[in-house]
Amino acid sequence: MTLLLKLFWAFIQIGLFSIGGGYAALPLIQEQIVEKNGWLSMSEFVDLVTIAEMTPGPIAINSATFVGTSIAGVPGAAVATFGVIVPSLIIVFTLAYVYYRFQDLKQMQGILGALRPVVVALIASAGLSILKLAFWNGGAVSLEKTNVTSVIIAISAFFVLRKFKTSPIIVMIATGLIGILLYLL
Amino acid sequence: MKRDFKLYWKLFASTFYLSAFTFGGGFVIVPLMRKKFVEELHWIEEKEMLDMTAIAQSSPGAIAVNASIIIGYRVGGILGAFVSVLGTILPPFIILSVISHFYTQFRDSAIVAALMHGMRAGIVAVIADVVVSLAEGIVKERKVSSVLIMAGAFIATYFFHINIVFIILAAALIGLILSITAKQERKDGEKQ
Repeated sequence: MTLLLKLFWAFIQIGLFSIGGGYAALPLIQEQIVEKNGWLSMSEFVDLVTIAEMTPGPIAINSATFVGTSIAGVPGAAVATFGVIVPSLIIVFTLAYVYYRFQDLKQMQGILGALRPVVVALIASAGLSILKLAFWNGGAVSLEKTNVTSVIIAISAFFVLRKFKTSPIIVMIATGLIGILLYLL
Repeated sequence: MKRDFKLYWKLFASTFYLSAFTFGGGFVIVPLMRKKFVEELHWIEEKEMLDMTAIAQSSPGAIAVNASIIIGYRVGGILGAFVSVLGTILPPFIILSVISHFYTQFRDSAIVAALMHGMRAGIVAVIADVVVSLAEGIVKERKVSSVLIMAGAFIATYFFHINIVFIILAAALIGLILSITAKQERKDGEKQ
């Protein structure tokens, strides 16, 4: 029981302090799971990050499930996952309430009008980071080291998305299958 | 929208499906949600989707979870928020519970690596597609301030790695100041 409570508390902190999404949460997860509580060794933690990258879903949820399962089975996974979303639930509900209550205010319109272009910029920036990972495997950007197949797949997929308005999920599945096909050939 | 079982089921099924394909970080769910809720189901408008993303981004926790809370809340109230959160956390929960039993094999599998490699190229296209559409929308507003904020935010996050929270706070402040000064200008105009 105390273990479950400890898990819950550790993941509440991870949920509460990981602002900015994705990899901003990593040092925090490491501190709670490896250093403070010793639930995973450092090499297990590195494995966790690798697996989180290879599976869908937020890294915080992935870590909660992974750590919870490995130290306390399915109940552990459930408790840790619930812990990580509790802060989100409270804060997003509050902000959503404020948004819908005051969205017609002149000042609120001004704030939202300035935030929309920021969101577009943030998505573009995240996309560019993934592009570097896909085309240059995270290494230095150079013409010789470019992964030409990835570039061709990405450009064709972009064309299909723009031209035929195909569902992004279908496109992602298709490019994944092309990846396997190219490997097997 | 009638808040009946069908609506909640649709909400759950949609968020479950989207979450199962959110590879490569929280921002990937934004294009997926936009396609589903703005273009397919017409539950949410484009501008509102951007506002929701801003809220999801400035709150603590995972972006995908935060975005699903606010979309669920908008579509089906508090119950809707819980339904869509459940839909969002179940796929990673199930997948990780299963994989944690044989994760070394999974991690070292060449087939999985090849799948991920291909998918990553697809994700690049998906994000590029949504960025082009959204940026077009911003530029078409013909407001210099919006374009400047967009460029400034991009430089701040991509080149200077400034924490997203500060960027959002700075933009909110700029927006607030612009809305107040715009009001005063109009008042000055009325006096003349």
